[in-house]
Amino acid sequence: MSKQQLETRFKQILDQGDKLFVPYIMAGDGGLDVLNERIDFLADCGASAIELGLPFSDPVADGETIQQAGIRALKSGTTVQRVFDTLKQSKDRNIPIILMTYMNPVYHYGIDAFAKACVASGVSGLIVPDLPMEEEQAVTDVLHQYDLALIRLVALTSPVARQKELKKRTEGFLYAVTVTGTTGERQTFTDRVHQYLADLKVGATTPVLAGFGVSSEEQVKNLARHCDGVVVGSRIVKAFHDGEKDVIKALIEASKQ
Amino acid sequence: MYQQPNESGHFGQFGGRFVPETLMPAVLELEAAYNEVKDDPDFLKTFHYYLADYVGRETPLYYAERLTEKLGGAKIYLKREDLNHTGAHKINNALGQALLTKHMGKKKVVAETGAGQHGVATATACALLGLDCVVFMGAEDIKRQKLNVFRMELLGAKVEAVHHGSATLKDAVNEALRYWVSHVEDTHYIIGSVVGPHPFPQIVRDFQSMIGRETKQQFKEKTGTLPDALIACIGGGSNAMGMFYPFVDDTSVKMYGVEAGGHGVETGKHAATLTGGSVGVLHGTMTYLLQDGDGQITEADSISAGLDYPGIGPEHAHLKDINRVEYVSATDKDALFGLKLLSETEGIIPALESAHAIGYLPELAQSMGKDQSIVVCLSGRGDKDVETVKAVLGGQNHE
Ligand SMILES: Cc1ncc(COP(=O)(O)O)c(C=O)c1O
Repeated sequence: MSKQQLETRFKQILDQGDKLFVPYIMAGDGGLDVLNERIDFLADCGASAIELGLPFSDPVADGETIQQAGIRALKSGTTVQRVFDTLKQSKDRNIPIILMTYMNPVYHYGIDAFAKACVASGVSGLIVPDLPMEEEQAVTDVLHQYDLALIRLVALTSPVARQKELKKRTEGFLYAVTVTGTTGERQTFTDRVHQYLADLKVGATTPVLAGFGVSSEEQVKNLARHCDGVVVGSRIVKAFHDGEKDVIKALIEASKQ
Repeated sequence: MYQQPNESGHFGQFGGRFVPETLMPAVLELEAAYNEVKDDPDFLKTFHYYLADYVGRETPLYYAERLTEKLGGAKIYLKREDLNHTGAHKINNALGQALLTKHMGKKKVVAETGAGQHGVATATACALLGLDCVVFMGAEDIKRQKLNVFRMELLGAKVEAVHHGSATLKDAVNEALRYWVSHVEDTHYIIGSVVGPHPFPQIVRDFQSMIGRETKQQFKEKTGTLPDALIACIGGGSNAMGMFYPFVDDTSVKMYGVEAGGHGVETGKHAATLTGGSVGVLHGTMTYLLQDGDGQITEADSISAGLDYPGIGPEHAHLKDINRVEYVSATDKDALFGLKLLSETEGIIPALESAHAIGYLPELAQSMGKDQSIVVCLSGRGDKDVETVKAVLGGQNHE
């Protein structure tokens, strides 16, 4: 799906009065055989897009749950190439895929080759958590040629000027990181989160999604009230690992009207 | 004139700051704070006061006459960083960054450590300046360097074992970075080598560069000229950068960085990043790395915990690319040979890390004339390694 199709789809969902829900899954966790099945399941449950993690040996932005999923994926023989090949088998799916991985696997594959492979396997955009705007140009120059979105992350620690700049630069949506820390389930969020999300919404030209730590239906509802939706990672990864499909359904349901 | 890094923190195509957005403000704050202090006379005065009265600088430049005779080539001088308080060059940087921590108004410090030398140095500087200190250390390294773990604890630091991955230095850096992301508002990360995101490679280099400055001065006093060659071991590359940096523009001075060859670079079991690696991004910087065909970082292998790292400082990557420094490797065996050689000829037991530089010395010294001179950066002393060495050599010595 192209960047434009991703944007159109998000707009349709929001126009219906629903919030956006982007589940994160780790490619190759449980084996690559189940990847397309999991994507289809999430699409059927009403997910707005999929954030698909490509495993990396040294994921410094990730907490224990996603680290372990990455280790399982690598142990089962997952490679960047195999993930692209698997995605290609079911290219006509009706849900946008956004790849999340660290800079090294992208750089090593070759930025241009990586972008080409994204297009060929129906990927709409990229999230690279260790690529701050200071270093992004080498990547964005290429992604723009291929019409792929680079989703920027903004943090609770980002000063106002950086928040504004990230809001301006981001494509697809703005990923508002809701904890000062790594990914992983949280019981509570800092009191500042609601105001932070509200501030990010002002003048935003893309949807704003809250992510990192979101793990209960109540949190989905609470956070989505202050922005356009949520990304849920560790809780989804854990639910797939433990075979709790009902948990996933209920979380996604919580983003609907 | 050599002037690196550029304004955005790059050394040629290397370096930069590949960190999560949550850390970017801290990295920028650190850069601003460092720019405030780096030429500030009061800050430098305090730094130099502690270096002199507490660390015991300057360290001697010692002419190793018996070693020179034994090898029968160029004259060998040792820059005695092993004589520093806490036993290695690591204290220079730890102290500088602990002072910087105070300057930024932060009261807590996180650090990673491999051999435990940087952890001990950081715990020491934190005790001296009244800062809280947490040190992440790979579980494998904790086994190899028990004594240093206990030293850190005596100094009041909290040592956190890291069980992930190879449970060595790389994994300790990952955990320290994760800890920093989660505590960035009141904690400074005292990184232990010239690695990590900008401005760390520059800060650590600068806080180590008295090694080269003193050497230049001392060598001049002794001989009236410059040495012909410098040699230093390389883990992340801080003792080498500290030695090399003040000499970069002195093109008559050849420089050799010795990486850990482990079982031999050809076996794939080594930590020789520049000799056997390829370009990538790890721990916030673009540099040479040990990685597989899919861009996954592979495990380094070295008898020396302090060199067991699959990356290298970005400035070394640049100095390799511009052919200013020659990077070579010494195997575990070479290092053990070097350790025995220096112990027996000079009565100095070097750290296993430094022993890699000694291990490469015969080849280098014998390729040069007797009228030429080499300065070795003797980065640390071997007390911490006695157990490891005993496990390998012990049997042989009693036969
Ligand atoms: C004595 C000694 N030398 C060298 C090193 C390697 O570090 P670097 O390459 O940063 O000097 C270490 C690291 O622990 C060390 O303890």
